[in-house]
Amino acid sequence: MKQNQARRDPPWLVAALIAVGVAYLAILLLLPLVTVFAEALRRGFSYYLGAIREHDALAAMRLTLLVAAIAVPLNTVFGLAAAWTVTKFDFFGKSALVTLIDIPFSISPVISGLVYVLLYGANGWFGPLLDKLGIQVIFNVTGIVLATTLVTLPFVARELIPLMQAQGSDEEAAAATLGAGLWRTLFFVTLPNVKWALMYGVLLCTARSMGEFGAVAVVSGHIRGQTATMPLHVEILYNEYAYVAAFAVASLLALFALVTLAVKTLLEARFGDELAAQRWR
Amino acid sequence: MTLAISDIAKNYGRFPALKSVSLFAEDGEFLALLGPSGSGKTTLLRVIAGLEVPDSGTIQFRGENLLAKPVRERNIGFVFQHYALFRHMTAAQNIAFGLRAKPRSTRPPEAAIRSKVDELLSLVQLEGLGARYPAQLSGGQRQRVALARALAIEPRILLLDEPFGALDAKVRRGLRRWLRDLHERTGLTTIFVTHDQEEALELADRVALLKDGALEQMGTPEELYHSPESAFVFEFLGDCIKLPCIVEGGIAIVSGAGVPIVGARPPQNGPATAHIRPDAFNVTVGGGQGLSARVRNVLLAGPDARIECVLDSGDAIEVRIAHENADRIAPRDRVTLAPRAVRVWQSSSIA
Repeated sequence: MKQNQARRDPPWLVAALIAVGVAYLAILLLLPLVTVFAEALRRGFSYYLGAIREHDALAAMRLTLLVAAIAVPLNTVFGLAAAWTVTKFDFFGKSALVTLIDIPFSISPVISGLVYVLLYGANGWFGPLLDKLGIQVIFNVTGIVLATTLVTLPFVARELIPLMQAQGSDEEAAAATLGAGLWRTLFFVTLPNVKWALMYGVLLCTARSMGEFGAVAVVSGHIRGQTATMPLHVEILYNEYAYVAAFAVASLLALFALVTLAVKTLLEARFGDELAAQRWR
Repeated sequence: MTLAISDIAKNYGRFPALKSVSLFAEDGEFLALLGPSGSGKTTLLRVIAGLEVPDSGTIQFRGENLLAKPVRERNIGFVFQHYALFRHMTAAQNIAFGLRAKPRSTRPPEAAIRSKVDELLSLVQLEGLGARYPAQLSGGQRQRVALARALAIEPRILLLDEPFGALDAKVRRGLRRWLRDLHERTGLTTIFVTHDQEEALELADRVALLKDGALEQMGTPEELYHSPESAFVFEFLGDCIKLPCIVEGGIAIVSGAGVPIVGARPPQNGPATAHIRPDAFNVTVGGGQGLSARVRNVLLAGPDARIECVLDSGDAIEVRIAHENADRIAPRDRVTLAPRAVRVWQSSSIA
């Protein structure tokens, strides 16, 4: 397209703006990312493989995946339920609920972890009761799952609420007049309309649940091979001056994030038309 | 009486959307709910469909209590103002939705569903467009898909919310006539909401005019147009000129000239407001019995000639006369406007 001369910015300005943007991203994002992989591979590929196949590292990976496999489905179901409730119904305390959903975003994850210690720790409110029942929450996988779930709670709901609010509830009302029940409406009308937002939410939720450090650090107890997730394992290795091993595990975490991003980009490219069609109204 | 609505009231917080509305529809009738925005007409339609729950009142359909049933069991077809088509389904899938949603025991076999969809597509004149998505259809086409989708469940009543509201004027006229034909063919009791008085008067067997959540008048288009029961009805159904007058012995004195009063006679003598349609004036050049005015402009394009005048009081009014009577009138002429008949209500609801 031919551009109007009057609307074109001076070339030096365009160049300067691009340079600032690229430099900013390079220094803050790209450089650390490259460093992670460079450090991890400093002593060669076989050393790298050895570091990530080490017993405690594998245990950390398994734990991280287990935590994500529990926290993400929980928050997906909760996010859907919350978004549906907030957007399709009017009730007292609705805005309070929306604010509540945002709390994990606005408070430090460390606080999220401390709250659980306060509630379920040995000296916490429910600590003695749980102890009698033989349930251990703190310094255990249960606590890690709880903390991770709390921190990643808003992701799915936050993706869905604005979209569902924009779409309104006319299609659900139409489905009802046509005789459809709740489940049919949910699976044939509501979910197909929000599937992309839902997928984004799930991807972000997954990425964050695997990378969560602060809240997990408080409740986990850092027991190597037992309650150390991948981010915690990286910290343990780093504190033991095992830099290359630390970066090796860190590179895996970074790789998870990159794969998540790639999947998102791929989906956008593959289904771009469908996405555009959905935004029709 | 097929559908009997009695004393329906609905409040949104402190705002009363419907104040004890009662009306009925006969079998196969085409009924219009007419009113300005905020008059409660859409709320009433949604109450009938079950999308809103009234605070009080009853709705009976052939003797059965309709309010006791949830939306999906009422079997009432509803066409939404913005169609509310399922955007990720094709037109055919949209139409089939209601049939596929039926419980297994009453659901027709897939082949029957397909042939029903084809039948409906041809009924709404969209043959061959079944595979299109809503985003690929024009406004008028979307509206007809929405209609076919509502008809697919063989509803007992069809409800249409502002069916022509989102369409441009030309498409609107065509669809209006088409909808009237469709109604005659299907014989389905149909209620539609509109704020356009022309649409209501042209389409409906009977019109219910609502104002501020209450029924103002109900009757055939002729009754409403020719026998309005209130100033509001008269003003809502057409252009209206209001002039001060004095009621005396059954006639109105407008600018010194006596004019007969049609419709309900005001019980009291004294000053009042005369309501006149713009086409109910005799216009003569020069002086005479009536309102004297100066012609500002003569507009000759359109079915009537429109004469813009300024009264001696300074008020501007526009009257309509036949073209053959307008030949001798030119701008800046002094003319006399003589109303042939006026209507006077005791208390005008619109100041």
